Amino acid sequence: MKRYDALKEILKNVHDELIICNIGFPSKELYSLKERDQNFYMMGSMGLASSIALGLALAQPDKKVWCIDGDGSILMNLGSLSTIGQYTPPNLILIIIDNGCYGSTGNQKTHTCNKTQLEIIAKGAGFESIHLIEGKEEILPKLETLGSGCHFILIKTEPGNAKVENIPLHPISIKERFINSIGKQ
Amino acid sequence: MDTDKKLYDAIKESGINFLLSVPCDMIKGLLEIIDEKKEIMHFSVTREEEGVGVAAGAFLGGKKPSILMQNSGLGNSINAIKSLLEIYEIPIIFIITHRGAEGEKILAQMPMGKITLNLLDCIDVEYIIIDSEVKIDEIVKAVKKSTSFNKSVAIILKRTLWGV
Repeated sequence: MKRYDALKEILKNVHDELIICNIGFPSKELYSLKERDQNFYMMGSMGLASSIALGLALAQPDKKVWCIDGDGSILMNLGSLSTIGQYTPPNLILIIIDNGCYGSTGNQKTHTCNKTQLEIIAKGAGFESIHLIEGKEEILPKLETLGSGCHFILIKTEPGNAKVENIPLHPISIKERFINSIGKQ
Repeated sequence: MDTDKKLYDAIKESGINFLLSVPCDMIKGLLEIIDEKKEIMHFSVTREEEGVGVAAGAFLGGKKPSILMQNSGLGNSINAIKSLLEIYEIPIIFIITHRGAEGEKILAQMPMGKITLNLLDCIDVEYIIIDSEVKIDEIVKAVKKSTSFNKSVAIILKRTLWGV
C-alpha cells in the first residue's frame, strides 16, 4: 500500500468532514482523488497541518475535522501532539500516513523507518484512542466504526507518489471556498 | 484600573475571541485575567510556530485569533507567517512582548531584542508599539485595520508599559 492507496480508502468514507491536508504530494493526490471545497490544501508551512486542524476543530466544535498528515511533517511539530492531547477536541481525527520518508523531496528516510514510533508518542501525548493500521482493508472499517472523540490513526505505507499534477488553485481561493463551505453546511 | 486590566479590555473590545499563548513574565498578569474571566477562548501551545498554525485554523473556523508571545518566538514563526498567513491572506494579531530591550536583565535576550522591529519590517508585518498606558487604545484600531486589509499585525508591548 502506498499513500495514494491509503487516501483512496480514507476518501471512501468521507461525507461532510472538513479536511486539512499536508503540503506536497499528499495534497496533490487528494486533489486528484476527491477535489472538494471542504479540502484545505496546504501550500507551505510544512509541519503545521495538525495545528491548523486543531484550531479549526476548537473553533467549530459541531463540525468533524480530519487532518491528513505525514510522518516527516508531524516530526517537525511533535509539540502539536501534546497540545492536541491536552485539549482533545472530540471532533478531530489525526490521520498520519507514515511512509517512512520525505516523499515530496526525493524519498529521504525519516526517523520513523528506524526507531521512532509515532503511535507511542501520540498515546503519551494524551489522544483518546490510537489505531495502527498496516493493511489497506483495515482503513474503511476503522473509519466507519470510530465514534466522536480525539483519535489518532497511523497508517503504515510504502514510499512512493502517484503521478499527479500540481493543484491549479490560488491559496486565497482555497481559503475562501473552504470558509464558504463551512457556512453552507 | 491597572495596566493588565486595560490591556485585557482592549483585547476584548477589539473583537479578538480566540487566544493562543506561549508565556512571558511580562504578561503573567494578563494571562491570569484571561483565565479568570473565561470570556475569550484561550489555549496554550508548546511553541510559537505551532500557535500560528492553530490560529490560522481558528480563523478558517470563523474566529478572530491572536497569539501572545515573546519576541524570541517571532524568530521561530517566520516561515509560517510568510508561507501560511501571507499566501492565504489569513490575518492574525501578534501580541509580542519586547524582551532584550529597555530594562532587560538577561544577556541572551539582547540579540533578538535588537533586531525585532527590523525583522518585522523585513517580513512586511506592520506593528504598533505600546510603551505607555495611553497608547493601549491603539490596539483596537490596529486590529480593525488588520481585519479590513486581511493582513497580520504585531502589537509590541514594551516593559515601560508596566512602568519598569
